[in-house]
Amino acid sequence: MISLFLLVLAMAIVTYIPRLVPLLWLRDVKLPPLLKRFLLFTPYAVLASLIFPGLLSATNSLTSALAGGAVAAALALLRANLMLVVIGGIAGVYLVETFL
Amino acid sequence: MATPVSQMTPIPNRDAFRSGMRAGIPVAVGYIPIAIAFGLLAKSFDMPNVITLAMSLFIFAGASQFIGVQLIMAGSMYWEIALTTFILNLRHFLMSASLSQRLETTSNRFLAAIAFGVTDETFSVASTRDESTRGHFVLGLNLIAFLAWNVGTWIGVFLAFGLPTSVQTSMGIALYVMFIGLLVPSLTRKPVIVVAAIAVLTQAVLYFGVSQFFPLSSGLSIILATIVAAGIGALIYREDEA
Repeated sequence: MISLFLLVLAMAIVTYIPRLVPLLWLRDVKLPPLLKRFLLFTPYAVLASLIFPGLLSATNSLTSALAGGAVAAALALLRANLMLVVIGGIAGVYLVETFL
Repeated sequence: MATPVSQMTPIPNRDAFRSGMRAGIPVAVGYIPIAIAFGLLAKSFDMPNVITLAMSLFIFAGASQFIGVQLIMAGSMYWEIALTTFILNLRHFLMSASLSQRLETTSNRFLAAIAFGVTDETFSVASTRDESTRGHFVLGLNLIAFLAWNVGTWIGVFLAFGLPTSVQTSMGIALYVMFIGLLVPSLTRKPVIVVAAIAVLTQAVLYFGVSQFFPLSSGLSIILATIVAAGIGALIYREDEA
């Protein structure tokens, strides 16, 4: 339990650092272009790495996971609000697991 | 004496703060169901309540908290979880850097409070509003999002008892569909598509190839694939394409 709490603390610190450093100390500093491009691409790279292969084993069956992912992707393509994408994905999984 | 700054923005701090809270209402409304899903997911993994609630209170980053719970339950090493969290949150670096260019507030304590609430969603609201040059506006916006995130987590944790198991296991997908919801709308520009494809390809090689011979935890593969994909993107594309 104590080690879990220390982990939460460590996660809090490494989450706070990228939020804090630019606001306090980088107000007038220009980042090297290569680093800036790396940072610009990081969100997309990390999101894609998180989705695959994690999605495949997110539920009780591969079928329901793929169904939930497909519903979410379709809603996201239609530019639905993030909340709708999440609820749609959960509903897709729930329906497939309940009725198939 | 009035400074040039206050001449341009004559509304009092209290009103700027309130206006920020109002601007944050859509974010707050969106956060509640995701936070409930987080609370439910943690509960279904038998995470102690105090740890789940502490995560929302001290970390306040949805994706990190979801992946943290998953990695803890998958038995990942703690340093891997911390490193994954760090890489995952590097994206906030650019958002804070962008905010730092526009904020007029210079008190370090105030900036430190604002920094804690920088998320994908609060940042996108802030960057579309002219009032976001005011520290109090951004603080109000971040605060209401933070409150909603924590209220949602409490609801999820304490509501979990009443929900059927089938609904609870369906929550496992919440994290991934949230990632899909964040990534898919950005897949309109070629460099972004290429970077995302390289990341998936790297993950596939690690998952189906390398991990058959050499055990790789999911946390470590996420880190490797991210560095490879963002690194290649940074090398092959110019600034204006990123």
